Amino acid sequence: MALLEASGIILSFRGVNALSDVSLSVDEGTIHAIVGPNGAGKTSLLNCISGVYRPQRGSVHFEGKDVSRLSPSRRTALGIARTFQNIALFRGMTVLDNLLIGRHLHQKVGVLGGGAYVGPGAREEIAHREKVEDVIDFLEIQHIRKKVVGTLAYGLQKRVELARALALEPKLLLLDEPMAGMNAEEKEDMARFVLEIHEERGTTTVMIEHDMGVVMELSNKVTVLNFGERIAVGPPAEIQKNRDVQDAYLGEQHELEIDG
Amino acid sequence: MSGLQALGGDDTFPKLLVRNARTIGKRVAMREKEYGIWQSFTWAAYHEHVRDFSLGLVALGVKPGDKVAIIGDNRPEWVFTEIAAQAAGAASVGLYQDSNVTEVAFVIDHCDASIVVAEDQEQVDKILDMLEKLPKVRHVVYTDPRGLRKYDHPALIAFEAVEEKGRALGKEAPALFEVNVRRTTPDDVAIVCYTSGTTGNPKGAMLTFRNLLTMALALDEVDEKKGDDEFVSFLPLAWIGEQMMSLSASLAKGFTVNFPEEPDTVTEDIREIGPDVMFAPPRVWESLVSTVQVKIMDTTPFKRFMYERCMPIGKRIADLRFEKRPIGLGDRIARWLADVLLFRALRDRLGMTNLRSASTGGAALGPDVFRFFHAIGVPLRQIYGQTEISGISCIHREGDIAFHTVGKPIPGTEIRIDERGEILSRSPSVFLGYHKNDEATAATLEGGWLHSGDAGYLTDEGHLVVIDRVKDVMKLADGTQFSPQFVENRLKFSPYVKEAVVVGSNRPFLTAMLCIDMGVVGKWAEKNKLSYTTYTDLSAKKEVYDLVQSAVDEVNETLPPAAKIEKFVLLYKELDADDEELTRTRKVRRGFVEQRYAEVIEALYGDAREVPIDTTIKFQDGKTSRIRTTLLVRRLEHGKAA
Repeated sequence: MALLEASGIILSFRGVNALSDVSLSVDEGTIHAIVGPNGAGKTSLLNCISGVYRPQRGSVHFEGKDVSRLSPSRRTALGIARTFQNIALFRGMTVLDNLLIGRHLHQKVGVLGGGAYVGPGAREEIAHREKVEDVIDFLEIQHIRKKVVGTLAYGLQKRVELARALALEPKLLLLDEPMAGMNAEEKEDMARFVLEIHEERGTTTVMIEHDMGVVMELSNKVTVLNFGERIAVGPPAEIQKNRDVQDAYLGEQHELEIDG
Repeated sequence: MSGLQALGGDDTFPKLLVRNARTIGKRVAMREKEYGIWQSFTWAAYHEHVRDFSLGLVALGVKPGDKVAIIGDNRPEWVFTEIAAQAAGAASVGLYQDSNVTEVAFVIDHCDASIVVAEDQEQVDKILDMLEKLPKVRHVVYTDPRGLRKYDHPALIAFEAVEEKGRALGKEAPALFEVNVRRTTPDDVAIVCYTSGTTGNPKGAMLTFRNLLTMALALDEVDEKKGDDEFVSFLPLAWIGEQMMSLSASLAKGFTVNFPEEPDTVTEDIREIGPDVMFAPPRVWESLVSTVQVKIMDTTPFKRFMYERCMPIGKRIADLRFEKRPIGLGDRIARWLADVLLFRALRDRLGMTNLRSASTGGAALGPDVFRFFHAIGVPLRQIYGQTEISGISCIHREGDIAFHTVGKPIPGTEIRIDERGEILSRSPSVFLGYHKNDEATAATLEGGWLHSGDAGYLTDEGHLVVIDRVKDVMKLADGTQFSPQFVENRLKFSPYVKEAVVVGSNRPFLTAMLCIDMGVVGKWAEKNKLSYTTYTDLSAKKEVYDLVQSAVDEVNETLPPAAKIEKFVLLYKELDADDEELTRTRKVRRGFVEQRYAEVIEALYGDAREVPIDTTIKFQDGKTSRIRTTLLVRRLEHGKAA
């Protein structure tokens, strides 16, 4: 059964259709890529899944449960975590604190108990820190653990954002252009992390990505959007040959170049 | 020839480990920072890991006389493997973790290793890539399973799985490990240490337990370590210096060895540990100084003001001490004030608050760097020696430090200068010979003395002065002698110059090819509102040339008129070990560099004002990149060329 099932999503802003009848089915344990030209509705679709947008029509089912009416925070509590196209971290806080905030929803002890740092509060804090350190080790960011996020290079900030999403221990990870604006080496690192998250942690991933080389290399399945419509879905090799996709991406020139 | 009486019969690494587990079993032997926390291993736990892994190696078929190769960052498993191999009667062979596949394959094949212990996916990949050319390798053991899940190569086995085999064997034969340990003798080959060698393939120096332990004990007499000392192990364990500290000295004296979390976190980890003992090659000390200098440029005007007031006081008093002159009351008060106001904070920042024994070795260290550390209260000393003598033959004694010397021979070591001016030494720590290279062994040990290949002399006070490699002392076309390395080191004393290659053999005058220090020059450029893109671009700026020229001018002042630098260029890339321009210990491979930059050298001796460059460079992972640029030739206004 699919882990995530979004069906018949219609989203419009004052009559402008951002998504018209888009469906997305993500199987457990896969990496699913969403591609499409600018303005195709990729981020809108991700926002509908995470609950930032409420679509006019359609439903989102997560683990068989209808989550269409739930707020973003409730969906996060169910196990959906995401990163943003433009990094959304607390810039004035350290990497460690940003990640610990990612653990907030797993916090069981109240404000007073947590503040006192004795008994259950202390134990919980230690347990959270352990999870966070696990993620720090996994994403190889030990050297910036105590650095303030705002002072870090862009590529590293992206990695920290991914780390925060992972600190939530999500079942479904939504990545909005994880490699945008990175240099070749950073991209390679990020691609390796996405693969390792998949292999080592078995986390299901939905990823918006422009770099076709990366998409072909990493994903098990690709959904192609164009002007708010789903024009194709299938394994990467098939998508690569799809005529409509080539039209949407390259206009009249019918040769899809794969780099990387 | 013994010198091991102090150890009371526990005269090999495995025996010492067993002794320590018995006598100080509950004390911390090593720490590794993991998940942000320093995780401790007691001597008892250390002993258990070594016992299990050693029996595991036996189960995998390791026999006395075999070799076990190890490659990876500094981790407890590295050390466990080494002693485990030795307990099984085998010798350990360390490889530099940043070596490329060809270098790795050469050493593994040459040393006849049957088992390779590799840290992680990166290192395992290197070995598996070359496995077809390594017929003698039977097993590849990995310590970090990450990313290796999908590998199903039959030769691969996890470190824990080997320990598991060892535990199983231990149940069948409970006394086996004890028996094996007792069978080790001080004259067994403990490690084969491959020396970088500036020419040709690396040579494997065979060192026995006696060699390594007499060294640790002799050095201890003049530079004492204590049982509760802390040491941070961050230099390659394949290097003799790190072997001596993290293994022989630690085993003999029982101090704690700390392994940093990642290579990137070393500075922070050193600060957290606050080591009592530190031994590092010059580049580490130099980079600490240049980090401080860069940070000072960046800091608040008040802090900069304090730095600029206090440093001269510290340096002046350090100089008085070097010259063994009395220090007046006024100076003492000033020094104390400067210590309270600046030096304490600086030492704390560098993690040197507790540092008692600080030494540098492997190459010459600039007087400015020396003076810096003595000024802030870190008693840095120069060490001299070769891998072939287990690392050390001379060291500065406390309170008897002179920049231009490497100190006096350590107890048990004799030093002699032969008629060619070459430094010869003799001690119980001199190695057995090179593995499978009798010719080189015979040449190096001719007449019972270790031939260092270094030219030098002894001063009236008995200090040894090292000039240069015997073969590197060169002559200009008119017969004037000069030592390129000497000039290069002088040039490198400038914070702006990272690498220097001086040319002049059989030429009319000296020239230099220099590499700027990107960090320092970059900061300088920012401060002077000079925009730049890449290293290549920055190196080609006229302003940068002017900056470096002032450094070259300073050096020229100190050189004899017949051998001054007449022209220089700034190279478009840093010299790199991956391009084979430097050895893994960052020494310039002169012949190779002169060949590679032949065009540039021709231009230096011609009339050209600039040299067009079009070349490709190669990265560690085998990728290449193309560089096109034009080098300027800077001519200095004096001497023969003008």
